[in-house]
Amino acid sequence: MSAPDEIRSIEAESPEAVAARNKVRRRRSIALGVALALFALTFYVLTIVKMGPALFDRAL
Amino acid sequence: MAGEARVEDYLALLKPSVMQLVVFTAIVGLIVAPGGINPFIGIIAIACIAIGAGASGALNMWYDADIDAIMSRTQNRPIPAGRISKEEALVFGLVLSVFSVALLGLATNWVAAALLAFTIFFYAVIYTMWLKRSTPQNIVIGGAAGAFPPVVGWAAVTGTISFESVVLFLIIFLWTPPHFWALALYKQSDYGAAGVPMMPNVVGDASTKLQIFVYTLLLAASAMLPAWFGFAGWIYTTVAVITGASFILLAWRLLRTNEDVAMRKSARTLFNYSLSYLFIVFFAFMTDNLLTRFGGFAG
Repeated sequence: MSAPDEIRSIEAESPEAVAARNKVRRRRSIALGVALALFALTFYVLTIVKMGPALFDRAL
Repeated sequence: MAGEARVEDYLALLKPSVMQLVVFTAIVGLIVAPGGINPFIGIIAIACIAIGAGASGALNMWYDADIDAIMSRTQNRPIPAGRISKEEALVFGLVLSVFSVALLGLATNWVAAALLAFTIFFYAVIYTMWLKRSTPQNIVIGGAAGAFPPVVGWAAVTGTISFESVVLFLIIFLWTPPHFWALALYKQSDYGAAGVPMMPNVVGDASTKLQIFVYTLLLAASAMLPAWFGFAGWIYTTVAVITGASFILLAWRLLRTNEDVAMRKSARTLFNYSLSYLFIVFFAFMTDNLLTRFGGFAG
């Protein structure tokens, strides 16, 4: 499909199709956000756990 | 349109039904391993094994998109259905592979991480790219990939590979041929159309049924190893004897059934039973181990 054809096909989309596509994109974005948050949280807690109970028991 | 994949499509790339068995057997390996593991690190280890298994599933779907489009069982997968492009699946699989191996190494140890990396490599490259389309022994050798999770779970705790974890590996390894050949017997037209050399398509039904029976005997014997070598008690032994005998009986019935419709029905029964078998045997092994360690049950 050439670029002008693609533009025409996007223009021809019904409002329902656009809304459905936006909904799918929104759900994907939320899933990615949740995955990233879980990733950060995992590393945070893992660091604490690996450091062990003697975390503050050290010479300053 | 490939660019509008749903979240569910990405989850489908991870083959969640296969992942269930992987996660369960890995949990058993992790729990029965001697010593202990911090519960949070244990959860991370299981999640990494699950994600690694899912990643290899995505790589499998990337490579097999052409034959998935032919077989009725796989036609609606995200790539052949056109919801996800092959490139997206490849990147998704590679990113998850690297992520799962790296996180497992950082959270537990690099023996477990190396085993997980080898498992992903074995499934995606050795099985999917090489064996699957070239030999009827594809699932015999490729079955090793599915047998590694309890070994990875065990290594996550101990940092080693031991005889006990190798026995768990052996049980799944010997379970794979009867399981997949039973499926291939009643789905052989699918595999034939896709050009995948599954055993029934290559050597015929009679030889496949005989091989299923022989592997079932070996499986039932291998399931007794934990009892013979003294690392499982009477609970596991009883379950292994009963479920093994039932498996042999069903394989024997399949071997003796020649009429086509009855044979397919018998193969389907064996396939369904094999799924329950592995769950029951591993659950019994875990229960037996936990009761012996914490419940004061003598083995």
